[in-house]
Amino acid sequence: MANDPIKQFEIQRLFPIEVGGLDFSFTNSSLFMVATVATAAAFLIMTTSGRGLVPSRMQSVSELAYEFVAGMLRSSAGSEGMRFFPFVFSLFMFVLVANLYGMFPYFFTVTSHIIVTFALAMLVIGTVTIYGLMRHGTKFFHLFAPSGVPPVLLVIVAPIEVISFLSRPISLSVRLFANMLAGHITLKVFAGFIVSMTAAGAVGVAGSILPLLMTVAITALEFLVSFLQAYVFTVLTCMYLNDALHPSH
Amino acid sequence: MAGTSDTNTQLHIPAEEIGAGNFPPFDSSTYASQLLWLAITFGVFYWIMKNVAVPRIAGILEDRRDRIAGDLGEANRLKQETDDAIAAYEQALAEARAKAHGIAHETREKLKAEQNARRDKAEAELAEKLAAAEQHIAGVKSDAMAKIEDIAGDTTSALVEALVGKAPTKTDLTKAMKSALN
Repeated sequence: MANDPIKQFEIQRLFPIEVGGLDFSFTNSSLFMVATVATAAAFLIMTTSGRGLVPSRMQSVSELAYEFVAGMLRSSAGSEGMRFFPFVFSLFMFVLVANLYGMFPYFFTVTSHIIVTFALAMLVIGTVTIYGLMRHGTKFFHLFAPSGVPPVLLVIVAPIEVISFLSRPISLSVRLFANMLAGHITLKVFAGFIVSMTAAGAVGVAGSILPLLMTVAITALEFLVSFLQAYVFTVLTCMYLNDALHPSH
Repeated sequence: MAGTSDTNTQLHIPAEEIGAGNFPPFDSSTYASQLLWLAITFGVFYWIMKNVAVPRIAGILEDRRDRIAGDLGEANRLKQETDDAIAAYEQALAEARAKAHGIAHETREKLKAEQNARRDKAEAELAEKLAAAEQHIAGVKSDAMAKIEDIAGDTTSALVEALVGKAPTKTDLTKAMKSALN
């Protein structure tokens, strides 16, 4: 059973809850969501509790995260975009910490489930659409008709823009989900090779050094991917929010 | 060999038991629970970020920016003050130097004038004395010249008496002397 690379993504009920025929159980996924939120919030609040003018080492980590996201949002959506900062910062911290939690052996990766990443992506697109419509009204649909395009070409361009807009939540969620899923499966498969090879005698034990090296390398790569996917998710969120603020691009 | 067959059976068991829905991320029976707990946890997280963490970090960063800007402003103000003080000092120095020059010049002029006056006075006095002396010399000379005739007369008379044995008359003497002197 330990060798099954899919097993790590299984959802296990910890406290079964059922309301109206729907299963709302507190699962291992829920547990890691709580852990992610608790860790991220506790870290950000406790490291900044000193409010040091000269930051301590940990405080500067929090400040770094803050300024990293703030810089991203400001450069993509301008200073107007800063009204979405708490939302974007929450997204970044949540995805980043969830991804990093997944790097612990035997821990569950919240973001390896499409429903979670899709929900987050829909939250982003929903915010963009609702805010864009509230603020610009029908002018929000200028998003689909870029200025400077001849009317004849609009017949072709507008549907492409609509399709691109509709595919955004899918690409946004699938990118994060697939990266986390594939990374963890690869890691598990290579680690599994070590186990199977050592079972095949002395030659196997000697040969298992290769998958071991691969496992180490992929672990390092996965740490990079964990951060990078959180970054990509956030930077795309910033760009979509820019569309909500300035639809006529 | 045993390991391989083991793995195969392991991989097959869940598929046979659960069927097509065995891939956990696509198992829609877990979606309701995941969505609910995501909504709860992310909602709480967003609330904490919006109301506690973000304002706090923003406050820290703003305080620091203000402090740095304030310190820079203060430094600029002090530098401005220093520059002003230096400028005032330089101006005072220049004024003092100009004044010193003026005083020195004035003194020199005054001394020169005094010296000139004293020299002029001395020269005038000397000229006066010179004139008086010349006059005196001229007086003495004319007196001497006047007396020379008497002395010459007396001498001539005495010489003639010694030679001839008889003193010449006054008239002859005068006549002879006149012709001799002239």
